[in-house]
Amino acid sequence: MTDNVLTYMTFFPLAGMIVVLMLPSDRHNLIRWVSALFTVPPLALGVWLYGHFNTAIPGLQFVEKIPWIPAYNINYFVGIDGISISMVLLTALLSFLCIFASWGIDKGVKGYFALFLLLDTGMMGVFVALDFFLFYVFWELMLLPMYFLIGVWGGPRREYAAIKFFLYTLFGSVLMLLAILALYFTSEPHTFDMTVLIAQSGKYGTEPLAIWPFNQWGWGFQHVVWMALFIGFAIKIPAFPFHTWLPDAHVEAPTAISVILAGVLLKMGTYGILRVNFPMLPQATADLAYYFLGVLGTWNIIYGALCAMAQKDLKKLVAYSSVSHMGYVMLGMATFTPQGISGAVLQMFNHGTITAMLFLLVGVIYDRAHHRDIEGFGGLAAVMPVYTGVTALAFFASMGLPGLSGFISEVLVLLGAWQKYPILSILGASGVVLTAGYFLWTIQRVYLGPTNEKYKTLPEINGRELFTLIPLGIIVIALGVYPNAMLDLLRASLDQLNQIVIPHLP
Amino acid sequence: MDLRNFESLKFFYPEAILTGTILLLVLLDLVLRRKEILGYIAGAGCLLSLYAAVELFGARGGWLFQHMIILDNFSLFFKVLFLLAALLVICMSLDCHELRRVHKGEYYTVLLTSTLGMFFMASSSNLLMAYLSLELVSLTSYILTGSLPHNRRSTEAALKYLIYGGVSSGTMIYGMSWVFGMTGSLDYARIGAALLQGEVNHLSLFMAFVFILAGFGYKIVFAPFHMWSPDVYQGAPTPITAFLSVASNAAGLAIMIRFFFPALSRLGENGSWLFLQGVEWPHFLLFLSMVTMTVGNLCALNQQNVKRMLAYSGIAHAGYLLMGLVVLNNDGLRAVLFYVVVYLIMNLGAFLVVMIVANATGREDLDGYHGLAWRGAAIPAVCMAIFLFSLTGLPPFAGFVGKFFLFAAVIRQGGMFVLLAVVAILNSVISLYYYARVVKTMFFDFPQPGAQEVEMTPSHAALLGFLSCLTIFLGVYWGPLAFYAEWSLRFFVR
Repeated sequence: MTDNVLTYMTFFPLAGMIVVLMLPSDRHNLIRWVSALFTVPPLALGVWLYGHFNTAIPGLQFVEKIPWIPAYNINYFVGIDGISISMVLLTALLSFLCIFASWGIDKGVKGYFALFLLLDTGMMGVFVALDFFLFYVFWELMLLPMYFLIGVWGGPRREYAAIKFFLYTLFGSVLMLLAILALYFTSEPHTFDMTVLIAQSGKYGTEPLAIWPFNQWGWGFQHVVWMALFIGFAIKIPAFPFHTWLPDAHVEAPTAISVILAGVLLKMGTYGILRVNFPMLPQATADLAYYFLGVLGTWNIIYGALCAMAQKDLKKLVAYSSVSHMGYVMLGMATFTPQGISGAVLQMFNHGTITAMLFLLVGVIYDRAHHRDIEGFGGLAAVMPVYTGVTALAFFASMGLPGLSGFISEVLVLLGAWQKYPILSILGASGVVLTAGYFLWTIQRVYLGPTNEKYKTLPEINGRELFTLIPLGIIVIALGVYPNAMLDLLRASLDQLNQIVIPHLP
Repeated sequence: MDLRNFESLKFFYPEAILTGTILLLVLLDLVLRRKEILGYIAGAGCLLSLYAAVELFGARGGWLFQHMIILDNFSLFFKVLFLLAALLVICMSLDCHELRRVHKGEYYTVLLTSTLGMFFMASSSNLLMAYLSLELVSLTSYILTGSLPHNRRSTEAALKYLIYGGVSSGTMIYGMSWVFGMTGSLDYARIGAALLQGEVNHLSLFMAFVFILAGFGYKIVFAPFHMWSPDVYQGAPTPITAFLSVASNAAGLAIMIRFFFPALSRLGENGSWLFLQGVEWPHFLLFLSMVTMTVGNLCALNQQNVKRMLAYSGIAHAGYLLMGLVVLNNDGLRAVLFYVVVYLIMNLGAFLVVMIVANATGREDLDGYHGLAWRGAAIPAVCMAIFLFSLTGLPPFAGFVGKFFLFAAVIRQGGMFVLLAVVAILNSVISLYYYARVVKTMFFDFPQPGAQEVEMTPSHAALLGFLSCLTIFLGVYWGPLAFYAEWSLRFFVR
């Protein structure tokens, strides 16, 4: 059992999907409980994994390798290290909680939960896959359920949002496919094995190509491949200017799917860059990271925050705050300092938990008032005090209040950035102020002030909703007080990752 | 080996069985009252022929009938493929409402004759044989297209098909006459030898190839010889559209690969084919490939009729398939063979769903698909989604693996072929839009009031389940099929 723990975590939800598909479609509650049941083992195994993960080893652990298509050197190859463990834990946790956040879905229940479980498998697979082919299959596998989940169960503009999401991501992933093939044919013997590709990273040419415009920019094979992979990942992050699918998809998606989108899917972009671009193409990473991660990340922070400030829709505000917060991850990664990079990965985890809370909270109010206009509320604190309290916690965590988890990761990122790019660090820090601006302003407009007569009788947050929020709240506080609980897991692997790139820095 | 007429018969069982079945159908048609039985007999004939073809798998390659046709792994591969296509189409036809008033005896006879013609297309080793087999397939296709009685669209489609086909094959035979004039032979092997030795004017040879390509291109449906396909696909009865879209397309590819690769090129090192020096044929094909996929995809974007949309998608796929020929190596050819099999499965599947919907509602336009998933047809809708996403090239479906191989072959060549790969991936993204539009209509839109429930017969359900499971299975575990494609790449040269 313990040898195949990652396989079980990945494929349990898929088994759940098959079981759900066999249940009668009118037994809604049965379907819900069975789905919940099948997300418990991955979560339990995740907790077990947390306990048994050896923090001293920088390399891969819990590795499984089985030949899949031997003629093409394709293996079923999974394993985790410090880069992926936090994401695996996050995925297991959010998948479990989101089943409960989806309890209110009453149209096509069977289809919804079956697709949700398939999505779960795809997400988990992306984070554990170490064979590029397998990685790509999981990466794309996730798109299909997501497309349907947004398109069928989404809001009024769901069709537009779903196809936009699909087209953007597919464009990125086919570029990625070309890059994967290019790496495959450059490696000798041809392989999709990420560890082998990383070991051969010196072989990917860096001398400028003779084709315009690459000869002008001094880009070699490595840079072009880096860029193709980067665009694929940047669309998922989403980095400016590829971010426009995000507000649409987040706003139209049902609550639980928004949580998964923001909590897990966005992390795949930054995870992919850390897993693939950094170790496999270190020279290109060293050359391009400043512009495409550092500067672009800082731009994301400020641009996202300014956009969030301008929103009238509460969910859109949270969506843009994601754009802003993912900017910190990019900035932290670009620093190649121990603080910056561990701050980035910690921020990936923290943003996953915090933004999940935010979307769940938006869902709570939307279920009651059936709209999300920031201007349309007022004085909710008097009507729903518990709800307001939890919201305040999430808002403060998101804006980086000391003592809560968001603070730690943002400070680490800015500390790292200060050593390398002081100007970006200052600009990034100004993003914190903007974040505080829009969140405080929102609190003022929605929760404080005179109570809106229309919403005098809104029911308080219920037990099921609290059940989805409280675990996240506990994590937010715990990591704010004792961040080493997570940082210890990451440190060894991230230091090793830094050491791969640093010799190539100019 | 080089066999004379009588000795050849031993290796000719698949064709002989098919011919016997055709004659039997003609006779039984006169005697039998219950014409439905004819379909089962045709199917049984195909199965027998399939058995005979599989029996030949171990045989040594060689010329049959004094250099007229070739027996090798490559031709066997396509024979099996055509038989599978014919079998599946017969299964589809058994319970197709559109075909109710069609004369069953003629229908199955002509369908099998067309299959027989494709056999010869895949194995001809002589220009005359190639031309005759291509004409046999074309003529039967015209009849099948126009087989719906008192249906204007069907008749119009058949007429258009006939006119385009006539012009293309006329152009082709003109090109063949040039080749004959330059080399003094109709036999592939002698043509190849003459071209390698002799001093031939490259420009006139290039022109001859372009003329010949008109004939092949019209069968494979690539631009600019694609004009007939949307009308024909829309007008023909759905099982026939399915048959034309996969089998006729594959037959065109087979004859083209046979002519340009083993006959005119030499197999060099690392499985790359050396084409005649000085003839800019690969670049010409590269350009055609890019144009074809782009034209197909852009035209498909706004189609309201699902069959017509699938016709344009077929054009786009012809463009993708050409990618495998352009690179001039075994990697590319293997990718083409793999893709042809996968395309057979997913495209037939898609047309099967079109037929199921048309059986129930009589509609083939996109509006007839509103909320299909919510009106009793969740299974066909889900299967359709699988086939369409497979056509787009998304994992974990078989179409992804097919495209993966094609891209891999192109990327491996490097250089300007990367540009082709980039055009192809952009096209894949474009294609997602119109495939997803059908999925959107089926799942995201809710049924209009008064929309009919869609039901399907158990046989269709079984066929649909089989095809969709195969699409997923080959997307997850495709090692054996890739091996089979590799094995089929053994040409008999001399």
